[in-house]
Amino acid sequence: MPDYTIVVKEDCATCRLVVPVIERLAGSLKLRIISQDNPTFPAGMEVVDDQTLESSWRLGIETVPTIIKTENGIEKGRTFGWDRQAWQELTGETFAFDIPDFRPGCGSKTMDPGMPEALSLKFDKGKLKSRQIPITDQEDDIEACFDRDWSDGLPVVPPTPIRVVRMLTGTRREPDEVLGRMPPDYGVCTVEKAAINAVMAGCKPEYLPVVIAAVEAALQDEFCMHGLLATTYFSGPMVLVNGPLGRAIGMNSRGNALGQGNRANATIGRALQLIVRNVGGGKPGGVDRSVFGNPGKYSYCFAEDETNSCWESLSVEKGYSSEQSTVTLFAADGMQGIVDQKSRDPESLSRSYAAGLRVVSHPKMVMAADAFLVVSPEHERVFREAKWSKQKLKDKLHELLLIPGHELIVGAGGIAEGIPEKLKDSTLPKFRDGGLNIVRAGGSAGLFSAIIAGWGASGDMGSVPVTREIQV
Amino acid sequence: MTTTFLDPTAELSPEVRQALPRVKSLDGLTVGLLDISKARGNIFIDRIEDLFGQRGVKTLRYKKPTFTRVAPVELNQQIAMECDVVVESLAD
Repeated sequence: MPDYTIVVKEDCATCRLVVPVIERLAGSLKLRIISQDNPTFPAGMEVVDDQTLESSWRLGIETVPTIIKTENGIEKGRTFGWDRQAWQELTGETFAFDIPDFRPGCGSKTMDPGMPEALSLKFDKGKLKSRQIPITDQEDDIEACFDRDWSDGLPVVPPTPIRVVRMLTGTRREPDEVLGRMPPDYGVCTVEKAAINAVMAGCKPEYLPVVIAAVEAALQDEFCMHGLLATTYFSGPMVLVNGPLGRAIGMNSRGNALGQGNRANATIGRALQLIVRNVGGGKPGGVDRSVFGNPGKYSYCFAEDETNSCWESLSVEKGYSSEQSTVTLFAADGMQGIVDQKSRDPESLSRSYAAGLRVVSHPKMVMAADAFLVVSPEHERVFREAKWSKQKLKDKLHELLLIPGHELIVGAGGIAEGIPEKLKDSTLPKFRDGGLNIVRAGGSAGLFSAIIAGWGASGDMGSVPVTREIQV
Repeated sequence: MTTTFLDPTAELSPEVRQALPRVKSLDGLTVGLLDISKARGNIFIDRIEDLFGQRGVKTLRYKKPTFTRVAPVELNQQIAMECDVVVESLAD
């Protein structure tokens, strides 16, 4: 004989409406009644007091009333709200009461705002594996994080268990899934560790999949995260987001895209840096030996503006569809602006770009650093109107940046820095093959573009940009 | 009520924060001697200063205005800028 469980709350009008039905079922079936808010409701019946909501949470109740049929402990069916026909089919009974045939139920108390995470924390104790650090009443919670060396220098959001549980609702991935080992200490980075640091960075749960994808990209061997951290160079990881998810979470790809003021841009890049710091153990003065660093080492994250662009996006160039969301990591220095307010044809504007790109690292260095050229909408319009594809612009820049060896050799121009004398008769490209990437971003007014130069060690010698699809 | 935070690190270090590593040698270092202004603290510091002096260790002396309050920020900053290690006389 099957068992039945019905979950109700007195506060729900539909639950009150079906009290006669419940009374009838209690007389004819093996019925357990669970009440969320009042153990004397329905009146005069034996009721399980579930004010802690543990039973409702374990049964996965989202709506009251819910009636569940089980046989030998195995669920055989459930229905929620009041639906005369569905209840009759589930119970095998006929209900001739003078009440409407259908009434929607109410939200279960387990679904009240903030409650799913609180109940998960309370009743699913094995969910979180990280060490719990007690903080005493005498400590200020934000200062406590500084004291434990968990901060990049700015206040972090204290990573309380409830905040971490809430953060983990942003992904379907299990908290104990290992993403890899983060250099330089090669500490194990789980989804949970990523979530803890995302909390501290100030992320919303919906940003977590982007943070996880950025971690996965950083852990690809070709990105060379260990070397990038340890270098004396200026660089740190820059996160570029492509695809619909960046728009869905409100990332800024337009005015001030590379500046302050957008929570997603600010916190996703910061979360990656905190993971490198806390999980990897990479800290300035320790393994991080950068001479200057750059302000982007707090956070360096923006989205490409793909709306109405005349060019395919970076991720489409890399073989993804425009409906896939990706992160691309680049070992990036600070930004250098290019101001050209007079060029109205692509020949002239590309020459401006080439002149700006020539100085990356040093005007006499070639095939060392990669670069991203971030083209603003007003500059992109020049290429749109002339029907120049992105590849055509890349080809033109390659041609303009073929440099005679005699300009580059040691001593040329009275500058000791330079390439070996024996290369004086060669012609060398400024960038290695594939080393120059072009994306579109920025505000709608301003005939500017931006060069983001990369780490002096690129390609097989150092880091290459890595693109990963974001899994929600 | 004690709050709990989840450890954001890879948990390669002990949960309880460790004291900074002790110096292996005082060669070339400057030792601050901090008298907290408790009775007879100066006698203890005098003796320590004498012993360091016999060993050729450079010392600098400091004094809190009163043992009843924490050291002024300016004094902490001065000691941090001028010294490598500090000996503090806590008791009378």
